Amino acid sequence: MSHALGTSSYALETVELEKSFGGLKATNQVSLRVKKGARHALIGPNGAGKTTVINLLSGAIRPTAGRILLDGEDITFREPHDRVRLGIARTFQINQLFGDLTPVETLGLAISERNGMGHDWWRVAGRKAAIVDEVGELLSRFDLTDVMGERTATLPYGKQRLLEIALAFACKPRVLLLDEPAAGVPEAERDSILETVAALPADVTVLLIEHDMDIVFSFADRISVLVNGELFMEGTPEQVAADPRVKAVYLGEGTDA
Amino acid sequence: MSAPTSPLSFDVAEQMAKRTRWTPLEIAFWIAAFATIYFLPGRHLILTEIVIWALFALSLDLILGFGGILSLGHAAFFGVGAYAAGLLAKHGIITEPVLALLVAGLAATVLGFVTSFLVLRGSDLTRLMVTLGVSLVLREIANRYSDITGGADGLQGITMAPVLGLFRFDLFGHTAYIYSLVVLFVLFLLARRIVNSPFGLSLLAVRGNPLRASAIAIPVNWRLVAIYTVAAGYAGIAGGLLAQTTAFASLEVFSFDRSADVLLVLIIGGIGYLYGGLIGAVIFRLMQDWLANITPQYWQFWIGLVLVIIVLIGRDRMGAWIRPVRDLIDTLGGRLRIRASGGER
Repeated sequence: MSHALGTSSYALETVELEKSFGGLKATNQVSLRVKKGARHALIGPNGAGKTTVINLLSGAIRPTAGRILLDGEDITFREPHDRVRLGIARTFQINQLFGDLTPVETLGLAISERNGMGHDWWRVAGRKAAIVDEVGELLSRFDLTDVMGERTATLPYGKQRLLEIALAFACKPRVLLLDEPAAGVPEAERDSILETVAALPADVTVLLIEHDMDIVFSFADRISVLVNGELFMEGTPEQVAADPRVKAVYLGEGTDA
Repeated sequence: MSAPTSPLSFDVAEQMAKRTRWTPLEIAFWIAAFATIYFLPGRHLILTEIVIWALFALSLDLILGFGGILSLGHAAFFGVGAYAAGLLAKHGIITEPVLALLVAGLAATVLGFVTSFLVLRGSDLTRLMVTLGVSLVLREIANRYSDITGGADGLQGITMAPVLGLFRFDLFGHTAYIYSLVVLFVLFLLARRIVNSPFGLSLLAVRGNPLRASAIAIPVNWRLVAIYTVAAGYAGIAGGLLAQTTAFASLEVFSFDRSADVLLVLIIGGIGYLYGGLIGAVIFRLMQDWLANITPQYWQFWIGLVLVIIVLIGRDRMGAWIRPVRDLIDTLGGRLRIRASGGER
């Protein structure tokens, strides 16, 4: 996929995005701007609507109002699979993997799809050297070489979490949405995940949804705070940390911060 | 395949090829199947029935095992294929059986494509009802236009031309069996190829997790349309084979019983590895035959009991019982292969 220069200086932009479930406004007038190459975090207390925003961005659900722009291009009504082709990929807070496939097959599949070979029903999967080499690179980058031939469902949780990120990364996104990448990972395996996330290439714009403040402040160069479905404030990590209102609604709550 | 550029790539290529390799067990299966041509000449009639059930169940496996679509009306496509083949032969439109069979399959394929859009949305229950509905509608259409289909009396007076103009259908069903078995084998090879392609892998992903599949750029609905259409063609060819080998087609080809039985066959043999339908057909038909001899009136009691046991125990656990045997055979086969390849590593 070509990384053509877009018309916008923002990799990702939402304009007054709204989503109502019945009477509840899960997302309310959210106008978010993520700069190209940014390490942007979206934080907020439980139930603030962080995952709803990710679902809107990835196309899993449709907004009630507002627009979503990827590199200036309106993708509000694009199908989820189209958005991935256009360069926005996501991970899931709860692993969404293919339990019967191995990591090799999973990554090979994502790369074939990206190369437009997914409808190819005649060729045997995995005979292309370019795909094989790329799968190898991904396995190394995400520390999965030791388990590459095992069924995904039987992998340790930490490895599954790495595959979760590797799979989104295999789509070669310009914008990568990470939904709590370290969620549920035991303390011992946490660092390897965070290192992997920190080592993502600089030209990939990352929007991180996170609950854990340590991760956010070690990773992000820009933070947006979401409260009750609305954007509460945005700023540098220092500004957010210093803001007494944020402390009141979020840090002060003593969630797992 | 171009040479891998590193040891890691070599391992990756190995792992990717794993699923596509022929295991010794598979080869033995087909040798045994073809051996029946010579060793069981007196059983060719029932074997032909088994082959047709096998092909029909293979077709259902493509949509259930690889598309995750549960159908209770798969006889719709079987029936269309049967009547298409029957009518082509009866009216002498296409007399050569192989060509007629392809056309029958094509007719079912078209119907499969059109109706595939009905099964894209909704739950398993919706899909069950929609597929069932389609087969009932077709059955009544065939019933209504009895001047074409023969209605309740069935399509009679079919005379079959020799296969490829060379092999005449005989009274003992030898030609019919060989013809059916070759058709099954060719279509099995094609299905195996499809399932092991990038497209096939994407189907496994869609079945396993449609949410994630669409999140890695897989157009889920189009993949389901594609496999449903292909599977309908397979079912049509199975139906066509029945009409050709029995020189008859009746409304029964559309029946609910047939749709339910094929699901039963597939579940007996196991879903999602292509051989399930084949093995299931052998077990189902032989069991039916055997039980009907012992207890002509109540044989379905035993079929029902077996079904309940299979579903309750679960095929996974039964698979676990035979896994040690399978692993052993695979290991032995692997050694032989390494020796045969002369240490290419």
